[in-house]
Amino acid sequence: MNTKTDYEELEALARRGRWLSISTVAASGAGHVGGPFSAMDLLVALYFRVMNIRPEEPRWSERDRFILSKGHSSIGQYVVMALRGYLPVEELKTFDKGGSRLQGHPDVTKLPGLDTSTGSLGQGLSVGLGFALGARMRAQKIHTFVILGDGELQEGMVWEALHVAPRYKLGNLTAILDWNGLQQFGWVLAVNEQHRGDRRDPWSGIDLRGIFEKLGWRCIEIDGHDFSQIVPALESAKASGDSDRPTMIIAHTIKGKGVHLTEGKYEWHSKIATKEELRMIAKELRIEEAVL
Amino acid sequence: MKALRDVFGDTLVSLGETNPNVVVLDADLANSTKADKFAKAHPDKFLQMGIAEQNFVGVAVGLASFGFVPWLSTFTVFFTHRAVDPIRMLVAQTKANVKLGAAYSGLLTGLTGKTHQDVEDIAIMRAMPDMTVLAPADAIEGEAIIRWATEFQGPVYLRLARDASPNVFDENYRFVPGKTISLREGSDVLLISTGPQSVRCLQAAELLEGQGISAGVLHVPSIKPVNKEEIVNASEKVKLVITVEEHTIYGGLGGLVAEILSEASPRRVVRFGIEDRWGESAPNEYLLDLFQMSPGRLSERVKKVVG
Repeated sequence: MNTKTDYEELEALARRGRWLSISTVAASGAGHVGGPFSAMDLLVALYFRVMNIRPEEPRWSERDRFILSKGHSSIGQYVVMALRGYLPVEELKTFDKGGSRLQGHPDVTKLPGLDTSTGSLGQGLSVGLGFALGARMRAQKIHTFVILGDGELQEGMVWEALHVAPRYKLGNLTAILDWNGLQQFGWVLAVNEQHRGDRRDPWSGIDLRGIFEKLGWRCIEIDGHDFSQIVPALESAKASGDSDRPTMIIAHTIKGKGVHLTEGKYEWHSKIATKEELRMIAKELRIEEAVL
Repeated sequence: MKALRDVFGDTLVSLGETNPNVVVLDADLANSTKADKFAKAHPDKFLQMGIAEQNFVGVAVGLASFGFVPWLSTFTVFFTHRAVDPIRMLVAQTKANVKLGAAYSGLLTGLTGKTHQDVEDIAIMRAMPDMTVLAPADAIEGEAIIRWATEFQGPVYLRLARDASPNVFDENYRFVPGKTISLREGSDVLLISTGPQSVRCLQAAELLEGQGISAGVLHVPSIKPVNKEEIVNASEKVKLVITVEEHTIYGGLGGLVAEILSEASPRRVVRFGIEDRWGESAPNEYLLDLFQMSPGRLSERVKKVVG
């Protein structure tokens, strides 16, 4: 069993991950913040606790597969991959720069350790379905995890995959919905509408869990920022790899989570922190070695 | 003489017997595209993905990464219009080993009307980096290209007509990517074409001979890559170059030839094809006459231009 101490380690990694994300984006002058922050705890749990991977051998054929379908959160994935040993943390400085392996959106042809390219929203789950089907047809014990954004859930292609995956009884496929309730611009909040963000949740009032379940997905609903819920949910999904139903982990998250300045604010979808803001953020994230 | 959709189905069945990695993904048109032959022969390698063309492109990319060689089967229009974004980002940009079996290409789609007639696909697909674009003329070339594409590592777009055209090749045919094929030599005019329209060009050239016009026919089965030098050399031998395609004259084969010649050997190029309009529901013969691509109408039009 995991102890509280274990989760403290993951929590510290997630704080460091958030710091590296926002400071890298600030240094490069472009990139996203809100999405990487909402997915950070999920990414840390996957890379540090759940996935069967070999950072020193990124193309290892038996590795679990991972797709960040909301590819604009790439910096979050790069940071966690760097902390896990896929690339030097120093290399994060090249993010979005010419010739870098760290493209604005994940590019599988550039960075070993990525399993596909994403960026145009809504496409990752289909590739994940192909991985899961391929692993099943090759009789390989490989699990595929796909992080979806609730914003990209508006893309029709996601629903094509959601419809077909249960038909192929792919227990070795897990989708994780990073349901942070905000998108780049979206809709204004209605009068008196209560929401964790400052714009309308695109799925407000819609029973997504019921829909996923009716389509044939096994659903687990968690707080996407609580490792004591995230890790067991991911492990349970992985343990049901031989079952006949794919798993949907509905992770309730907060866009910009982890830093007061950014939490629940749609404008932090992509925004550059000032030096003064970075000082405050470093302090809040308990980052001591911050060089500004 | 065999319908190209039957060539598609039969060749895949045969490949399935020798290559354990070949899988076929269908978007619910297998009994039109003849991928159903593969479904019957190799049911465990046939994956019905439903009426969802974007998704099946993504699934194929996943399967390809596990060493499978996925052939996707649907109508041309659903690849190049409905699913072009995943084809671009997931297939072309990652150089995934995915084969797009685009059936019912061009105008001759079996009484479907303009909704299912894709006359823009060459322009779209040849603009895409890392995409190979191929269009066979007859059954023999069709089979050779399907076999070549299956062995080739990387994305392939196969522009496949629905129906049959008379064979112009024999069993000695070998497909070479990029290579153009002279079907007939001529000194007055060179007709450059692709797909089964090349066969109709050959028939038109025979009609023109009786009227004192010497027309050559250059077939371009490999639109991308293409051997530019061969197109330049063939064009320099004649007084006039005419491109003929079952496709819009914007950005397709005519565009390709004009681009090559304007840089390497500037000369007049006349583009025959579909001129900024849509097709309609009608029998093949009607449509070919309407767009002046039947041998008779084409020869008349060539004569006027050469005249």
